[in-house]
Amino acid sequence: MKIFFFVVLLVLAILIGVYLYRVLQGPTIFDRVLGLNGISTKAIILLVLMGVVFERVDMFIDISTGYALLNLVGALAVAKYLEQKGLP
Amino acid sequence: MTFSFEIPLLLLLLVTAVGAVLVEDLISAILLLGSYSFFLALVWAWLGAVDVAFVEAVVGAGLATVLFLLTLFGTAPKVSRLRLPPPPMAALVSLPLLGLLLLYAANDLPQFGDPQSPPSTHISPTYLEQSYQDTHTPNVVTSVLMDYRSLDTMIETVVIFSAGIACALLLRRHSS
Repeated sequence: MKIFFFVVLLVLAILIGVYLYRVLQGPTIFDRVLGLNGISTKAIILLVLMGVVFERVDMFIDISTGYALLNLVGALAVAKYLEQKGLP
Repeated sequence: MTFSFEIPLLLLLLVTAVGAVLVEDLISAILLLGSYSFFLALVWAWLGAVDVAFVEAVVGAGLATVLFLLTLFGTAPKVSRLRLPPPPMAALVSLPLLGLLLLYAANDLPQFGDPQSPPSTHISPTYLEQSYQDTHTPNVVTSVLMDYRSLDTMIETVVIFSAGIACALLLRRHSS
């Protein structure tokens, strides 16, 4: 069972790498914002899986919830900035 | 544990750090810095430092992104595109040498999780054994921060509070 979780962790890391390519390469700012949101969704799952591996799910769920909430704030801040500044 | 998951995490960390330096747009650099500190939080979590990971994920990845954006918003540069000058020759020579020196020094560090290392034998056992009797707090890190070093934590809070007040006053004057 532990092997299964490790494989899932690795696959998620590779998926994050795919999103990271879009963030690094993205021609417009929206590609980068969307890539970052995709990374954060994968990463929330990754944190909970780490909690399962370490058998401390309660602590890791706190971290992932805090990150999810603040990531929403960050996305809103970027949207607000782009709304006020106009598109780059 | 033979499986070392920190290597793909560290690779992602390296890629985001290099990208944040090399990217030609300030907003993109801010976004990349956010993902950088998030990967750093993942590394902390994987190494078992859950409290540090929590702070890094909330402050580094969440709050710092918003603060950087607010700064960009308040200072309002005409162009957010960067023209990167080529790095000077001295930096290109001296920084890899410094990195080699640090790697050489890291050889002497104790193994991760070594119970015989000096930090694990010097004062940690005292805290681990006596903190619950002293403070009646189940979490050792919390007991150190809030009981043994409570004055230190209080003054830190005062510093952060006054810095926040100063920032709020400056931003208010800017908007009026």
